Amino acid sequence: MLDLLVFVLAGTLAAATPLIFAAMGELVVEKSGVLNLSIEGMMATGAATGFVMAKVSGSAIVGFASAALASALLSLVFALLTVGFLANQVAAGLAVGILGLGVSVLIGKNYEGTTISPIEKIDLGALSELPLLGKVIFAQDPMVYVSIASVIAITYLLKRTKLGLIIRAVGESPDAANSIGYPVVLVRTCAIMFGGAMAGIGGAHLTLSYTPLWAEGLVAGRGWIVVALVVFGTWQAPRIAIGAYLFGAVSLIELFVQGQGFAIPSQLMSAMPYIITIVVLAIISRNPRVVRLNHPASLGIPYLRNE
Amino acid sequence: MSALRLVLRTQPSLRAQLLVPLVAVLLTLFAGSIMFTLLGKSPLAAFYAFFIEPLTTRYGIGEVLLKTGPLLLIAQGLAIGFRARVWNIGAEGQLLLGAIASGALALQFEMSDSKWVLPAMIVVGTLAGAFWAGIAALLRTRYNANEILVTFMLSSIALQLLYYLVTGPLRDPMGMSFPQSAMFGDAALFSPLLDGTRVNTSLFLSFIATACAWVFVQRSLPGYKLLVSGLAPGAARYAGFAENRAVWMGLLIGGAAAGMAGVAEVAGPLGLLQRNISPGYGFAAIIVAFLGGLHPIGIVFAALFMALIYVGGDMSLVSVGIPNASTTIFQGMLLVFYLACYVFVNYRLKRSGAEPAASRSTEVATDA
Repeated sequence: MLDLLVFVLAGTLAAATPLIFAAMGELVVEKSGVLNLSIEGMMATGAATGFVMAKVSGSAIVGFASAALASALLSLVFALLTVGFLANQVAAGLAVGILGLGVSVLIGKNYEGTTISPIEKIDLGALSELPLLGKVIFAQDPMVYVSIASVIAITYLLKRTKLGLIIRAVGESPDAANSIGYPVVLVRTCAIMFGGAMAGIGGAHLTLSYTPLWAEGLVAGRGWIVVALVVFGTWQAPRIAIGAYLFGAVSLIELFVQGQGFAIPSQLMSAMPYIITIVVLAIISRNPRVVRLNHPASLGIPYLRNE
Repeated sequence: MSALRLVLRTQPSLRAQLLVPLVAVLLTLFAGSIMFTLLGKSPLAAFYAFFIEPLTTRYGIGEVLLKTGPLLLIAQGLAIGFRARVWNIGAEGQLLLGAIASGALALQFEMSDSKWVLPAMIVVGTLAGAFWAGIAALLRTRYNANEILVTFMLSSIALQLLYYLVTGPLRDPMGMSFPQSAMFGDAALFSPLLDGTRVNTSLFLSFIATACAWVFVQRSLPGYKLLVSGLAPGAARYAGFAENRAVWMGLLIGGAAAGMAGVAEVAGPLGLLQRNISPGYGFAAIIVAFLGGLHPIGIVFAALFMALIYVGGDMSLVSVGIPNASTTIFQGMLLVFYLACYVFVNYRLKRSGAEPAASRSTEVATDA
């Protein structure tokens, strides 16, 4: 029983990590007033690039770095469309998302179905040997801790720093932000590229640690769950992280149920994350005050600087 | 200081609206040639295999028309919602529901030779698609849940539902446990339209939908009101048309069209239910709707071009070894270039330093 608990808790942390990386990125993007729906494609590009580069170089660090770079470059296309050409953000997100899915297949085409040895879990000696806690908390791969650190860093950035204030100002009222001298276009472009890099790292965590293999369609809707998570967490980093852990747990229940031989169709379990997303989305969104309080006022609206 | 900057036009440029899709197609072809070169293929040979060769044979033209059908049908439905900024991105799932419902009916009447089987399938499939989209409309109007996310999630759920049915309740008992249903009876199939091709009479459904969309958008009051509520929420309220009704109409029409396309697939080229029913028509139709300028006539040309990309992708995979991801990349590039060019519909370039701009950051009139 204890083994099972360790398996579920440790697995939850690992399964939530890609979601947390991508969601922290998307949070910053949305706080700057831009809705980026291309997360799915950017995660896929990161997943493929990270996998291929790690395989070629033999270094996971190179993998994660190239994944971040590749997805940031892809998000630059999105930034050009939405910030430069004032395109509709929903349509632009779909366009770049589809592009990213295609690019990921192209990047990974010679590696389809191959595996890689997953990045090593840390070993803290006695700490990692502790019953329950040791395996859950002190024996994960390093990126799990980096993702937790990113939640703390993003919370601090948005709430406590000047840069965070500027990002939020740009997302609330770009006109006002511009008139007091903040570079709206630059802030939004940087936010989008940061979001891209984070989605890429999240994708790379899927292929370098969680699965660990590359296959077409491996992101499997996670990018869209990330967008939903930002709404669930009402644009607050710690709540988004909690949501991600809940989803991590749900995705493990699927394995658990199959292992125990319950007579539930596996397809119902596969559909569960999506069903839960819809239900939670409806519950959170029905209270307009909660949403309106934290929803960036200019989210989704193109901005043209007036000189 | 940049030398040029964007200035809002007083009204959208019609000339730009017509040019934008053409330029987007040309840019896609150009970027595609670069991609082929990077893949180590001769750009000309690849280009020929992808875009010309399908049109040189009767079979190829038939395939293009076959794929035009569902794309055209779905895009016409989606465009009506998009005009009102109702973002239904789950047409793929609505298509699957239409396929499942009509397929279940066909299997129920496997032995029937009644001429009413097919019409009943069309009705049931269309309603099933509308029902699936209606869930999103209900959640949006009652609980304010974002329809983009809900329609997408419903798509993924629909796919799992299909997997469940073809491996379980609807699986062919004589089918050696393949995950597919029995073949439908002849009464449940559209009849062939052109010899030597797979085109069938379901193509007429797409033409009828196009005519309806044109009348709806150009001539009728509800079409006009949907348009207004998309353009300016305030104006729509003034016109007495609640946002909720726009959401309901936009989603139900899109869902119905996608559901009907699902019927056309299972009662057309497939003839049974299986795991793979649509090669992403529901998502590609989103691009078709935009590339067609959200206009019923424009969408016809956009659907033909998108169908060509599908067929070209399939054929050049075999003939020149172009990876099948190219189809997806072409789809993405098309929409990217379209959106980039679209800025010139509402804005013009102007040398900076002249008179001040007329307008500040605003929501741009027509979308995309």
